[in-house]
Amino acid sequence: MVSPLPELVIAEFHKKIKDAFEVFDHEANNTVDVREIGTIIRSLGCCPSEGELHDLIVEVEEEEPTGYIRFEKFLPVMTKVLLEKRYRPIPEDILLRAFEVLDPSKRGFLTKEELIKYMTEEGEPFSQEEMEEMLSAAIDPESNSIRYKDYIAMMVVDDG
Amino acid sequence: RFIHKWGHSLLARISTHFTAFKAAALIQRWYRRYMARLETRRCCTWRIFQSIEYAGQQDHVKLHDFFSYLVDHFTPNSNHESEYEARKDSEMEKGSDYESIEVPDNYTGPRLSFPLLPNHATALVEAFRLKQQLHARYVLNLLHETRKHLVQLPNINRVSTCYSEEITVCGDLHGQLDDLIFIFHKNGLPSPERAYVFNGDFVDRGKESVEILMILFAFMLVYPKEFRLNRGNHEDHMVNLRYGLTKEVMHKYKTHGKKILKILQDVFCWLHLATLVDEKVLILHGGVSDMPDLELLAKLDRHKVLTTEVVSCEREGRAGSCPGAGSAPWAPPPGLPRGHRASRSSSIPCSCGPPWGPGAGRCRQQAGPPRAGRRGAPCPPRQKQVVDILWSDPMAQEGCKANTVRGGGCYFGPSVTEQLLQKYNLQFLIRSHERKPEGYEFCHRRKVLTIFSASNYYEVGSNRGAYVKLGPALTPYIVQYQANKETHRLTMRQRISRVEESALRSLWEKLFASSLDLLGEFKKHDADKTGLITLSAWAEAVESVLHLGLPWRMLKPQLVNSSTDNTLEYKSWLEDLAKEQLSRENIQSSLLETLYRNRPNLEAIFRITDSDHSGFISLDEFRQTWKLFSSHMNIDITDDCICDLARSIDLNRDGHIDINEFLEAFRIVEQSSTEGDTSDCPQATNTDNSGCSKPSKR
Repeated sequence: MVSPLPELVIAEFHKKIKDAFEVFDHEANNTVDVREIGTIIRSLGCCPSEGELHDLIVEVEEEEPTGYIRFEKFLPVMTKVLLEKRYRPIPEDILLRAFEVLDPSKRGFLTKEELIKYMTEEGEPFSQEEMEEMLSAAIDPESNSIRYKDYIAMMVVDDG
Repeated sequence: RFIHKWGHSLLARISTHFTAFKAAALIQRWYRRYMARLETRRCCTWRIFQSIEYAGQQDHVKLHDFFSYLVDHFTPNSNHESEYEARKDSEMEKGSDYESIEVPDNYTGPRLSFPLLPNHATALVEAFRLKQQLHARYVLNLLHETRKHLVQLPNINRVSTCYSEEITVCGDLHGQLDDLIFIFHKNGLPSPERAYVFNGDFVDRGKESVEILMILFAFMLVYPKEFRLNRGNHEDHMVNLRYGLTKEVMHKYKTHGKKILKILQDVFCWLHLATLVDEKVLILHGGVSDMPDLELLAKLDRHKVLTTEVVSCEREGRAGSCPGAGSAPWAPPPGLPRGHRASRSSSIPCSCGPPWGPGAGRCRQQAGPPRAGRRGAPCPPRQKQVVDILWSDPMAQEGCKANTVRGGGCYFGPSVTEQLLQKYNLQFLIRSHERKPEGYEFCHRRKVLTIFSASNYYEVGSNRGAYVKLGPALTPYIVQYQANKETHRLTMRQRISRVEESALRSLWEKLFASSLDLLGEFKKHDADKTGLITLSAWAEAVESVLHLGLPWRMLKPQLVNSSTDNTLEYKSWLEDLAKEQLSRENIQSSLLETLYRNRPNLEAIFRITDSDHSGFISLDEFRQTWKLFSSHMNIDITDDCICDLARSIDLNRDGHIDINEFLEAFRIVEQSSTEGDTSDCPQATNTDNSGCSKPSKR
C-alpha cells in the first residue's frame, strides 16, 4: 500500500479544515466567532484541554482581538496540528481508568454528588450548563448515580 | 498544571500519581469533545435543512420562464373565463352569500354569531384544540366581517402602550396551531390590557393554517384596538398555491373551498403592512430597503398589491399581459435591473414564495375583466415598497443589495437600519421572516430583532419559537418555547439525533433523486473503471451535482458506511440509496426520478392548471404543460414518455387526473407525523434581553 504524497495529505487536510470552518461561518465571510473555535477544532478529531485550546486561540487571534477568527489565520495553524497529530482523542480504556481513579473502592459507579464535586471542583471545572447537561444524560434517576462503564459505551462518537 | 504529553506507557508507570485532579481533567476533556461533536452535528443538520430549502428556491429561478409562459398562454375555455370574472365580481359585492349555506343539525362544531363576543373567540380556540372544524358558513361569515373591518384600517397601524400595558409581538406561525395555543396559554389570551401583534406568515407549510386564521381574525374583530395583524409574504394567494394553504382549504372544505379562497385572497390584501408602537418601534414582516418611505407606505393602495411576486416581463418584450382566469395579474416591476436572463439575477423571483413569479401587483382597478396582451404601465414605487417590506432580510455587511436568494426585496446592512431609525426617530425594528434556532435573534447592534414563533419548524427539536413583550419602556422581553412536551424529556443528544435523522432523510431523498447524475460524476472520477473512488472525490462529485454548499466531509459518517482505506464503491452506495428510498415501490425509471425530483413543482403545475380548483385536470392539459415544463427545464423526455406518464397517472382511466389522489400516492417517502401530545402545557424558558443570543462556549 503506497502512502499518499505529503502534498495530497495536506490538500486533504485543507479541505477538511475548510469544511469544518464553514459549518460555523454563519455570515459566509470566512470568519467565525472565537467562541466556536473549540468546537471546530474538536470536530476535526482533536481533543485538546481547555488550556491547550486557549494557547491555540492566542495563535489564531488577531493582534488586536476582534472576537472573530479569520480562516486565513486558522488554516495554517490547524494544518500543523493535524500533521503533528496533536491532541489525540482519549482511548476508552484510559477514560475508564480515569473514572476508576475517582471510584477507588471499585463500586462501578459514582454518586451524583461525587460526580458534581469532581467535575466542578477538580481539573478544568465545568460550567453549570455543562454540569447539568452531563447529569441529564449520565445519571440513572433511580439510583442517582452514574454507572460509568455504561456511560462511556453510550457516548462513543462516530469519528468517520 | 496539566501535563500536555500523555501516553499509555506514561500512564501505566505513574498510575499512582494519577490524581483525582488529573482524572477529572481527562474526563472533562473527553466530555467537551463529545459535546463539541454534538454541536457540530446540530449545526450541520441546520445547514442541511437550510440549504435544501434555499436550493429548492434557486431551482425556482429556472422555473420562472416556464411559469410565465404557462400563465400567459394557458387559456382555459374562454366561456369559463368570463363566467369566472362575472362570478367573482358579484361575489365581491354580495359578500360571498354565506347566508344561503345551511348548517346541518348534527354539526357539533363551534357556532358563531355576529357581532362576535370575546367568548366566541375563546370558544374557537378551545374547539380547534379539540380538533373540531368550523363550518364553511361561519368561515365565510367571519372572513366577510374581517374584510369589512380591515378595509377601514390604515396601512400602518399605530399602537400605544398607554392603552395596553403590554404588547406581545409574535412572528411566523406557518400553520402550527400548537404554537399559537401555547402562546395564549403561556402569555394569556388577548384582552384590552394584553395587546398582540402577529407579524405575518400565519399560513402555509403547517397543517392548521385555516384554524390559525380563524382564531386571529376572530380576536381581531373582538378587540380591534388591541389585536393587530401584519401582512407577511405568505399572505398571498400565489404563494399559498404552492406552500399549502390552498391545498388545506380545498381539503377541509370540499364544497365551499373555492369561495373561501377567493375571499381570503382579498382579505390578505387588506392586512396592515406595518405596525408602529408608541411611534418608536416599527414592526413589519421582512425588512426595509435603503429607500424607505414611510409616508409613501402610509398612503399607497395596499389592497392593489394582490401578490408580491416580482418578475421582469420586459425582458421578453411582454409587459403586463393578463393571464387566464384565476391567475395573478401582471405588470413589470419597478426599478429592478432589466434585461437579466441569468438565473440568479435580482429581477427573478425565487423566494420563499412561489417559484413562478409573475404578477407584480395590479396596476389596474380591482374590478374589471382582464384584457389579454395589454401593455401595462411601469409599476409605481408602491410595488417596490411593499415587496421590500415583506421580503427583505438583514445582513451583517454594510450596504443594501438585492436579495438574490429570495428573489425579491433586499439584504439590508446596519447603516440602512440606522438611516431608517434616524429618519423616522425610531428606537428599533422588529421583524420576522427568517427562522432562528433560538426563536429570536438580535442584529445590527441590537437595533433589529428577528422573532420567529413556529417552534420545531423543520422537525421536533429543531428550533425554539419565541415571542417578545414590550412594556411602556419598550424594552424587549423575550420568551422562548418549544411546543412539544416530548422534547424536554430528551437529552440534547437524543434531540439532535431526531432532528438529524429528519435532515438526513431529506438529504437522502435529494441524493436519490439525482442518482443518474451522481453516477455520471462518479464515473468521471474513476478513469480506470475500478468501481472505486476516493472519499474526497465523492465529496466533490456530490457537491457538483447537488450544489447545496454543504460540508460533505463533515457529513460523510452519516451518509457513507465506513469504508476501508478511504475509498468507496460508488455503484453499491447508489444502490443502497435506492433501496432505502424505494422500499415500497419497484419502479426504477429515470422518469420517476425526474418526477420525484420535481414533485413540488408538479403540484404547483397541477394547481395552476386546475384553475377552477376542481381537483381534476384533463390528460391533455397535463401532457401539454408537462411538455412545456420539461423543455424549459431541459429535461430530456420523449413525447412517448410523456404520454405514458400521463396515462399512468390517470389511474381510473377516465381521461382525467385526480390531483390529490395522485399526489397522495406519490408520497413515497413521507415523514411520518411525530407530533407528541399537544394539549398539555409544555415548558418554556424565559430570557431577558441582557444576554447575547449565543451562549458562550469555547
